Amino acid sequence: MRLHEYQAKGVFADAGIPTPDSRLATSVDEAVDAGRDLGYPLAVKAQVHVGGRGKAGGIEIASDEDELREAAETIIGMDLKGYHVDRVLVEAAVDFTDELYLGVTLDRGEGEPVVMVSSEGGVDIEEVAETNPDAIARERVDPAYGLHSFQARKAVSEAGVPRDVSRAVASVVETLYDLWEANDASEAEINPLMVTDGGDVVAADAVMNVDDDALFRHPNLAEMEEESYTDDLERKAGEYGFDYVRLSGNVGIIGNGAGLVMTTLDLVDYYGGDPANFLDIGGGAKAERVANALDMVFSDPNVDSVVFNIFGGITRGDEVARGINDALSQFDEIPKPVVVRLAGTNAAEGMEILNTELVQVEGTLEDAVQRAVANAEEVNQ
Amino acid sequence: MSVLVDEDTRVVVQGITGGEGNFHAEQMIEYGTNVVAGAVPGKGGQEVHGVPVYDTVHEAVRREDADASVVFVPPAFAADALFEALDTSLDLVVAITEGIPTQDMTTVNRRLRETDTYLVGPNCPGVITPGEAKLGILPGNIFSSGNVGLVSRSGTLTYQVVDNLTQRGIGQTTAIGIGGDPIIGTSFIDALELFEADPETEAVAMCGEIGGEDEEDAADFIATEMDTPVAGFIAGRTAPPGKRMGHAGAIVSGSGTGTAESKIEALNNAGVPVGDTPEEVADHIEGFL
Repeated sequence: MRLHEYQAKGVFADAGIPTPDSRLATSVDEAVDAGRDLGYPLAVKAQVHVGGRGKAGGIEIASDEDELREAAETIIGMDLKGYHVDRVLVEAAVDFTDELYLGVTLDRGEGEPVVMVSSEGGVDIEEVAETNPDAIARERVDPAYGLHSFQARKAVSEAGVPRDVSRAVASVVETLYDLWEANDASEAEINPLMVTDGGDVVAADAVMNVDDDALFRHPNLAEMEEESYTDDLERKAGEYGFDYVRLSGNVGIIGNGAGLVMTTLDLVDYYGGDPANFLDIGGGAKAERVANALDMVFSDPNVDSVVFNIFGGITRGDEVARGINDALSQFDEIPKPVVVRLAGTNAAEGMEILNTELVQVEGTLEDAVQRAVANAEEVNQ
Repeated sequence: MSVLVDEDTRVVVQGITGGEGNFHAEQMIEYGTNVVAGAVPGKGGQEVHGVPVYDTVHEAVRREDADASVVFVPPAFAADALFEALDTSLDLVVAITEGIPTQDMTTVNRRLRETDTYLVGPNCPGVITPGEAKLGILPGNIFSSGNVGLVSRSGTLTYQVVDNLTQRGIGQTTAIGIGGDPIIGTSFIDALELFEADPETEAVAMCGEIGGEDEEDAADFIATEMDTPVAGFIAGRTAPPGKRMGHAGAIVSGSGTGTAESKIEALNNAGVPVGDTPEEVADHIEGFL
């Protein structure tokens, strides 16, 4: 789960990391009121879950009320990389002499947390990592001990942070690590951490991703969840609780298990088709869930043909067959041709139950995919 | 021969009184697995499918001389169950549980390094030596005994590839589903090392997917350390960058690492043919035998 900037800043500020004065605004009038409280110059920042907001026009600087009004009018209601902007953070601008980058994440390869510090903050840090990896100091953390203070000092020193603020920055690094750990974050990042003329540090942005699997022990964070979707289908998938990714093609794909569903997508592509989606019904799905999955895929107007690929392990073929029957028996006419391939646990029982008047059945993955691709081509002829 | 498990493996089922634990303990016993005990805090003294249940793994190991465990404990308590398993002298712990918080797994993983235990998973289908024992949720009927090792990050993809092999009469020594989470115990390299050392394993099928760099690391290992031929499959060629495709680990970063292309290239460079379809993986394996 990704927190909005204003939410992450709240978590960071509560932990003792300095952040600029700011107000959240959902209308132009609220933004103007915020400007009167905060003074100028200030920044108006779209609160949506997309990277690169600045480049995409989601962040504007205003030096007076007219500019603020204009910026708020532009940003509130805009469509930013497919996401609707319904709120902005209005924030006091910070006079800075340096911009730093601080981050804590998981080093997957090592299976350990890693703390990162760079004096090249304020820009696309992924680009820095690509073009000049030495500009980012990294410190791996032994999870049995947590981050030692010396490691924070070492990373700050190796990153070439100005000496007059090194203590203050090391302190923010330690706090950032502590809140990363305490909140089961997968990622906590400040970019930039601004160094002011007076030698203070201020977190001008805040990024925090929390491990979905750990939300059960952080009800305060779970409450902040504001899913944002690029379209109604993704919203629906969220409500049904599916792992779903919408793609640009016309062959709808439903399967169980991420690896097998990805493989089905790849095979649709391999046999000359174009996948419309990734939809994993997950392990042990019951009939209702299967019916919901079909509803999802039928709801996509781009879909011309559907392939169901189930290899039962913990999922049982008879349950899946029942779900397919339930979903399809509600139609006078099946909206799009459905090919089913059932294998594994209780597949034989499933095949007996499956109403083959409503679906086409294939015995192998390869045959099922090729038939679905052919069905889609036929629709388009 | 086999790796990790065989007919003599003595298994404790942690969480045997829960829904999944109960169901799959029965399936494992029916398959012929030597399930000797269950372990569930507070449920000691019961019997499930004729198997005695103990309050602690320690007691189960002491009384029944168990040497492996399979974990069906819900995610909130799974890390504790894994620490408990690692606190005994078990050779193998198979963690089926899906959704264990990642930071819990970083500490489990840290503890694991201090032991000689193999941890398979979490969020995996388990380990099976066809005809001898299965620890986990794999459908036993699709496997057959033979001389091909299989290691996979994805459960259902494991079944698919095994099916392609079995259908044409190619049996397996052992199949290991290592799981798709970002932090897992046994890696591709660990599994490949075991298969390389197993005289019965004449070829290995390796199923990877997008995300992380484990397949690239495995390719290095195959090139430098293995004589046993390996054929590969990589799921997720069509996955768009930045989107999470189900598995926690299955996401392509924007920077180009962890893509299907980079994995396939690394494997090809290590002399590993990569099938475009699961059927082609079976073709390559057949060619090796």
